[in-house]
Amino acid sequence: MEWTDAVAADEARKGNQYAFRVLVERHSRSIFRLAFRMTGNEQDAEDLVQETFLRAYKQLTQFDARSGFSTWLYRICSNCALDLIRARKRRNEQQPYSGDQFPLHWLDRVASPGPSPERLTQSKQITGQVEAALQRLSETERLAFVLRHYEGCDIEEIAATLGVQANAAKHSVFRAVQKLRRALEPAWGVAAR
Amino acid sequence: MIHFEEEQFVQAYYGEVDENTRRHLQECAACGAEFARLRDLLDSVRDYPVPERESSYGSDVWARLAPCLGPQAPPPKLRPAWFRWWILAPALAAFVVVVFVAGIVTGERRTGISARSRERVLLMAMSDHFDRSQILLTELVHANPGSSGLMAQREKARELLTENRLLRQSAVHMGDVSDADLLDALDRVLLDFANGSSTSPPDNLAALQQRIDNDALLFKVRISGADAREKGQKL
Ligand SMILES: [Zn+2]
Repeated sequence: MEWTDAVAADEARKGNQYAFRVLVERHSRSIFRLAFRMTGNEQDAEDLVQETFLRAYKQLTQFDARSGFSTWLYRICSNCALDLIRARKRRNEQQPYSGDQFPLHWLDRVASPGPSPERLTQSKQITGQVEAALQRLSETERLAFVLRHYEGCDIEEIAATLGVQANAAKHSVFRAVQKLRRALEPAWGVAAR
Repeated sequence: MIHFEEEQFVQAYYGEVDENTRRHLQECAACGAEFARLRDLLDSVRDYPVPERESSYGSDVWARLAPCLGPQAPPPKLRPAWFRWWILAPALAAFVVVVFVAGIVTGERRTGISARSRERVLLMAMSDHFDRSQILLTELVHANPGSSGLMAQREKARELLTENRLLRQSAVHMGDVSDADLLDALDRVLLDFANGSSTSPPDNLAALQQRIDNDALLFKVRISGADAREKGQKL
């Protein structure tokens, strides 16, 4: 039997754990990538991967084969991320930010066999600036932007994932780009419009 | 000539353009330059790297996930420290609350314990409490009506309930609304479970499982436990 997503999801729904395993192994990396870009934090991303598949397993009966399995997973992962980001936000509003509260940037923990120290420093700097700019977006803006920019989702998919109208999804992407420009252009020495 | 609005540039970058737009971008120097600037910036943002995962990552995720999936699967392995903590926990939590509240009422000078130390002790107790609650909730989610472990789990729920209320009180004192809310939600589930008799109808358990699921309680408890531990370790 060829384990396409649709076949595997159908089998998993009937209680075939092997089929679900196929889906987990196939989609883990892309869900991790999505989760990391949504949260900017490795540990959070790992938690989101775990939670996404747990929820997917429990909600398998609700999966409609007409929407792709990965789109469905993205939607679940986005919802988990929204829960997490909102909980964090509330916590941070209560306990104002102090620099050392945040975990070490993951690049600091990576041994660097590949890139030169200069390249690494530069890339760390850019990543830090991008992450700081992304942090300033609202949770919906960030999710919409990540889905559009990094995952190549179209507006309809983003709207379905976020559970909003297409226009609202489009506007979230636009607001996100606008805010990123305002934050990054001065830092990168580009004349603002 | 009518130039583009910022939103149209963004749409153009993501390929949502018609023939007229494309032509205008090629022919109008001002809009062309503006578009190039946006394109360069968004292209640079694309470099934002993601930590690499091994090719075996999918199998690793599965290995962590599998024990949590079916009712037939065993609950996650208990931490070695679990047993000791389990016995000590309620007394320890009470002590924490006394120390903590005493600090608030009498001030640092009289208790001799700094606010920082008090906060640290509280956070560590909180993270441990969430860890143990997580284990109980996991067992609960996978329990079958009438299963033999239910009585023992009820007993644990009662012990956790006492500790939960003390910690909630401390969280409120500390102005930690987020943890106080979560402890509140946990309180309701623990209370309902602890009070159910062994002869209670199976749909009580099902309803409880549904509530844990609807509130994403397990997930929130896991995240808050990890957060409290991380913060506590840094203090
Ligand atoms: Zn123009």
